[in-house]
Amino acid sequence: MTLPYFELGQDPGPDFARFLRSNGTEPFPPAEGASTHEITHGTTCVAVRYQDGVIMAGDRRATAGNLISHRSIEKVFSADRHSAVAIAGAAGPAVEMVRLFQLQLEHYEKVEGSPLSLEGKANQLGQMLRSNLPAAMSGLAVVPIFAGFDLGRETGRLFEYDITGGRYEESDYAATGSGSLHAETVIKVGYRQAMTADEAISLLAESLFQAADADSATGGADRLRNIFPIFATISAEGFERVADEAIGEHFVEIADRFAANHREVGS
Amino acid sequence: MTTPFYVAPEQVMKDRADYARKGIARGRSIVAMAYADGIFICAENPSSTLHKVSEIYDRIGFAGVGKYNEFDQLRIAGIRHADLKGFTYSREDVAARNLANNYAQMLGQSFTHEMKPMEVEILVAEITDTPGEEQMFHILYDGTVMDETKFVVLGGEAEVIRARMAESFAEGLSAEQALGVARAALAGDDRTIEDADLEIAMLDRTKGRRTFTRWEP
Repeated sequence: MTLPYFELGQDPGPDFARFLRSNGTEPFPPAEGASTHEITHGTTCVAVRYQDGVIMAGDRRATAGNLISHRSIEKVFSADRHSAVAIAGAAGPAVEMVRLFQLQLEHYEKVEGSPLSLEGKANQLGQMLRSNLPAAMSGLAVVPIFAGFDLGRETGRLFEYDITGGRYEESDYAATGSGSLHAETVIKVGYRQAMTADEAISLLAESLFQAADADSATGGADRLRNIFPIFATISAEGFERVADEAIGEHFVEIADRFAANHREVGS
Repeated sequence: MTTPFYVAPEQVMKDRADYARKGIARGRSIVAMAYADGIFICAENPSSTLHKVSEIYDRIGFAGVGKYNEFDQLRIAGIRHADLKGFTYSREDVAARNLANNYAQMLGQSFTHEMKPMEVEILVAEITDTPGEEQMFHILYDGTVMDETKFVVLGGEAEVIRARMAESFAEGLSAEQALGVARAALAGDDRTIEDADLEIAMLDRTKGRRTFTRWEP
């Protein structure tokens, strides 16, 4: 590997994907023909605004067709200090896209000497999705949520995407993946302005619990193996994972409440 | 056809070296040293936006003196090299030694083959989790590489500053102490340097994955 040095006019600037292309690596290779294999899919991720920023959560299950392929994959990632990305869809391309996205943000920050604006980061992710469109059309779709703390506006912000790279800013909450319909309904019903971190975590935990209850591809809490969905807060202090123990308590409480209200048909 | 005048290669190299040294001597110097938490880099730089010290990778920092546009180009090439390598292989495969060799190749190449040598002197510094394993590669305009573990001085007045550093440097200094040592070494006896004229950055092993931190005292 020699030092990458460019003539004026050929220089890719702070764009890492363009730099990769100039090096002969295409980060989003076009897919040919429709996929006939069962590939690994990540499922439900949710995010909600709370008083200090945004909280994001994602279950841990990955499925290939009707099989559970992984019980503890991670779908919520820090994109950089003040933003996070959660993914649903084909796990391989999704994880690779997150890796490239994280690197792009860091690369830009190092080359330019200052980080991209939150809006800039959101657009950058949209462009990556657009580059992935040919693959998405043949079955390798990736549908992320992007959330971050906007240091300029001093508020948390949320962005949803579609496979074409369409970017939609949401004011209060967002959900993606196979269980998103159920999860989003729970959040919609329970949402209030300026929740505390604990209230927001409780609401998101409830949403993932209900999604897992109704959608076989969503994992929920695995109390046999002590695997819990990943939660992260993104505030002025930055990205922070919530400890598993705290999450576990929320799910135990939800499950107990659920069991107490449950009754066999006919009894 | 006219025959070009013969100039002895020794003379050509000497002229180029003089030219490069003259360019480097016009700028202010940089001091880097191992301290308690990693590597402490202090540059005399009145600008707060045009940096002389910057981040290359998780544990690798860069500093340059001389012509700004030239060492800035080298800085960006280094970031690209490191990011590409980390993306292709793994983050732990990115190492300062390899980067320093690449810089040396490039500077050596441009020194012998280009019309004008680069008027720069650069530092590639790297830390590990273990104190005492700090590595500092000092690379000159002609591709000469020197590796140091305690302290490095870059720039025009390097000799004088190096002598002052040799007297006051000690191992395991705190950041505040290191700043005192660096400031005194850069300034000498007959002047003082204000905080605003210093650019300070550390590779601090207590800071997690990205160890590069700027500090404004």
